[in-house]
Amino acid sequence: MSNSITEADAKPNIGTVSTRSTEALNEPRIAIRNLDFYYGANRALKAINLDFPAGQVTGMIGPSGCGKSTLLRVLNRMYDLYPGQRATGEVLMDGENIIAPGIDLNQLRSRIGMVFQKPTPFPMSIYENITFGVKLHERLSKADMDERVEWSLTRAALWAEVKDRLHSSAMGLSGGQQQRLCIARTIAVRPEVILFDEPTSALDPISTLKIEELIDELKREFTIAIVTHNMQQAARCADQVAFFYLGEMVEVAAAADMFTAPKQKRTQEYITGRFG
Amino acid sequence: MTQTVAAPAPSRRPIGDLAFEILATAAGVLVLALLGAIIVSLFIGGLPAFRQFGVGFLTSADWDPVQQVFGAVVPIYGTIITSILALLMAVPVAFGIAFWLTELAPTWLRRPVGTAVELLAAVPSIIYGMWGFFIIVPFMGDYIQPVLIDWLGDLPLIGFLFQGPPFGTGIFTAALILAVMVIPFIAATMRDVFQTVPPVFKESAYGLGCTTWEVMRSIVIPYTSTSVVGGIMLGLGRALGETMAVTFVIGNTNRISTSLFGPGNTIASLVALEFPESPAGSLKLASLLALGFLLFVISFIVLAISRLLLRKGKVA
Repeated sequence: MSNSITEADAKPNIGTVSTRSTEALNEPRIAIRNLDFYYGANRALKAINLDFPAGQVTGMIGPSGCGKSTLLRVLNRMYDLYPGQRATGEVLMDGENIIAPGIDLNQLRSRIGMVFQKPTPFPMSIYENITFGVKLHERLSKADMDERVEWSLTRAALWAEVKDRLHSSAMGLSGGQQQRLCIARTIAVRPEVILFDEPTSALDPISTLKIEELIDELKREFTIAIVTHNMQQAARCADQVAFFYLGEMVEVAAAADMFTAPKQKRTQEYITGRFG
Repeated sequence: MTQTVAAPAPSRRPIGDLAFEILATAAGVLVLALLGAIIVSLFIGGLPAFRQFGVGFLTSADWDPVQQVFGAVVPIYGTIITSILALLMAVPVAFGIAFWLTELAPTWLRRPVGTAVELLAAVPSIIYGMWGFFIIVPFMGDYIQPVLIDWLGDLPLIGFLFQGPPFGTGIFTAALILAVMVIPFIAATMRDVFQTVPPVFKESAYGLGCTTWEVMRSIVIPYTSTSVVGGIMLGLGRALGETMAVTFVIGNTNRISTSLFGPGNTIASLVALEFPESPAGSLKLASLLALGFLLFVISFIVLAISRLLLRKGKVA
């Protein structure tokens, strides 16, 4: 039974942040060790330890300003664009500390894709939106590129809706379609990890449902981290959930445990809606 | 009682509102009136020249006060060629400045350098003229032009552009000074519009693995292209009409020379030089006013072209 994947069997391991004892969760794809993050002198993340299990979804919840989005921006080094922001500690991927200086950021960001809160289609055609990222890293023939476009749009559950107008502007799509286009654009680069930063907060319920189904599909191929304000969304999508509060990671557990038997009082108060 | 005081009749407007509306409208109409008055007075002033020479005024390269024969080709050519050359030199440098200031420069340097760019834009053109005459002209004549003439003068096809004696003055030097003068305008505009790109767009592109240059080329420039063109046109407008600095260094000869180092003139420099020697009512004065009118027309055409470019950019 040691390989059982039924979450109900998983017993919380009190007193440690490691989730590897939870049988439902896979080996970590990314491991964060003792991470601190600073906006100037302001310490926004405090001694974070967190594993992202491979091929599963890690949901990050917590009230606004708790540091969950900051953590995502550490993972693909987006903070590097802004002077005065820095991270210390380790973020390990394949044994390599990806927040160390000297890492090839362009290559890193092709391995760790990101989908943003608001859809950000580029002002070009649907087809070009997809090929834009691919061309940065690979040289493909026209046929291979066409195939890649279809592959990624299919994965993003958008192919059927746009296959007849691939060369019209992406700005003409609806908000939900635009967000799925952004997901397609991200997976077209064939990353290993995808970061979602509140990907449905600007969308209607139907589009939200589609994106959530999509995330469930995508985790077969990608390791996923998702920041969300929506507790139900975390419960529906995530295999593992981490709760952040004031820059600290209060608790992490398999999703089923987190929402049925949180160990920390603050977690319980948050998920029952008493604050946040 | 309070009710009757608090509710004035809705149709009656406070006198202040009405006065303000009239003043604002008058200010707006004044722009049109001024523009129209300038065009009309230039045209009427130039009418004797247009009457005397007809279309020949636009096609003749003569400027002979003794024979009373005047033509506009040379100054028009000089105006356009110096402005285009100036833009060719200024736009890449201005882009470099804006790119560096918005993406590459360390934060503590951005403000001082940005301010320096704005200060450069405020330097009066007479200063550029004197600097050009006393510093740049000798420098060009002693060092740059002889070398270029040596290296490039014998080349096939383009060699003729770099021949002739190295006087230091001439079309190329004037264009160089103009370039220095318009760089701050274009750079400041470009920097301002580059900063208007929403960070989330840039982050999306960076998130796919773009380099800074790829983000600039594929996101920032397409996003801001219309305003960038606008900034360049602003610079072109200044280059077309610039007078003093050009007059100092262009050589002031009414001749179209094939060499970039040859002397020439522009509409503005010709008018500035000849105006004091043109008696009222003379054909020469009329010709100068006609030239002024033509400069106006050229500026309008430039503006129209830029508007057209901008509209095209929006559709795509």
